[in-house]
Amino acid sequence: MNLIFETWPWYVSGPLIAFIAVALLYGGKVFGFSSNFRHMCSALGAGKVSDFFDYNWKENSWNLVFLVGTILGGFIGHYFLGQTDSIPLNPTTADRLVELGIGAYGFVPDSIFGMEALFSVKGFLILAVGGFLVGFGTRYAGGCTSGHAISGLANLQWRSLLAVIGFFIGGLISTHFILPLLF
Amino acid sequence: MKKHLYYLILGTLFGIILLKSEVVSWFRINEMFQFESFHMFGIIGSAVVCLAIAIAMIKKVGAKTVKGKPIKVKAKSGGWKPLIIGGTLFGLGWAITGACPGPMFVLLGKGVYSIGVVILFAMFGTFVFGLLKPHLPK
Repeated sequence: MNLIFETWPWYVSGPLIAFIAVALLYGGKVFGFSSNFRHMCSALGAGKVSDFFDYNWKENSWNLVFLVGTILGGFIGHYFLGQTDSIPLNPTTADRLVELGIGAYGFVPDSIFGMEALFSVKGFLILAVGGFLVGFGTRYAGGCTSGHAISGLANLQWRSLLAVIGFFIGGLISTHFILPLLF
Repeated sequence: MKKHLYYLILGTLFGIILLKSEVVSWFRINEMFQFESFHMFGIIGSAVVCLAIAIAMIKKVGAKTVKGKPIKVKAKSGGWKPLIIGGTLFGLGWAITGACPGPMFVLLGKGVYSIGVVILFAMFGTFVFGLLKPHLPK
C-alpha cells in the first residue's frame, strides 16, 4: 500500500499520462488542457466582444468535464491517497530556495500560496501576473504542456518542439532571474 | 451523460496521477528549471515516448475511435512566432506559479484555494489574447 501513498515514480506516472492521452484518442479527442480557458471565456459570453470566442463551446464540453475530473482527482488524492506534504526535493534546490526566502517546506511554498501572501499586494500580483501569462501565452502558442509537450511531440510535430523551446526560455528566465528579484 | 462520465473518470485519474507524482507541486517545477532533478523530465519524457509509440501503432493498424472513425491527431498550421513568443510567455508564468493549466485545477481540488486567483487571471489572460489576436505577430 505504500506504493500508493508515497510519491509515484516517473516511470509509473509518465506511461499513465500516455494512457490517459490514448483513452482520449479512443474517444475521438486530442489531449490538450489549456483550451478550457477559451471555452470558459466563451461560455461566459466573451463571443459578444471577440470572434475568437464566438463558437459553439458546448462541442468541447467533454474537456470541461475532464477539467472537473482533475479537481475531483486533486480532492481524492489529497484526502484518500495519502498526504504528501513534504516534497523529497534535491537538497541543493531546497537550500537555494530557503536562502532566497521562498522556503522549501510543504507541497507548495507558503510564501507564494499562503493566505498572508495572497492578501499582500506583492503576493497577489505574483499570482495574478503569473496566471495572466499562462492564460495569454498558452493560447497564443496554441497549447500547453499537455497539447504541445506531450501530444504534439509524441505526434512528431516540429511546431510543438518550437513551443516547448519557448516554454523553457520563459521558464529559465523566471526561475533564474525573475524569482530571485521578487524574493 | 454516459459519454461525459468517461471523461470525468479520465480527468479524475489524470488529477490523481498529477498529484501523486507531485507534478502539481511548485517545488517540482522549480527543480526542473534548475535541472536538479530527473523527476519531471522522466515523467514528460516517458509520457512522450509511450504516446509516440501508441500513435505510431494507431497509424499503422488504422485504429478506430469508439464511434468507428479513424483516429486522427491533427497538426495545426501557422508560423513560428506565436509558438516562440506565446511559449515563452507561458514559460514565464509557469515557473512563477509553478502550475501549468491542468495542475491549477488539481491544486484547487487539493485545497490550495489561492490558486483560484491564478485560474481567474489565466482566464483573463486568454480573454485579452482573444481581443488582441488580430494585432499580434502571426
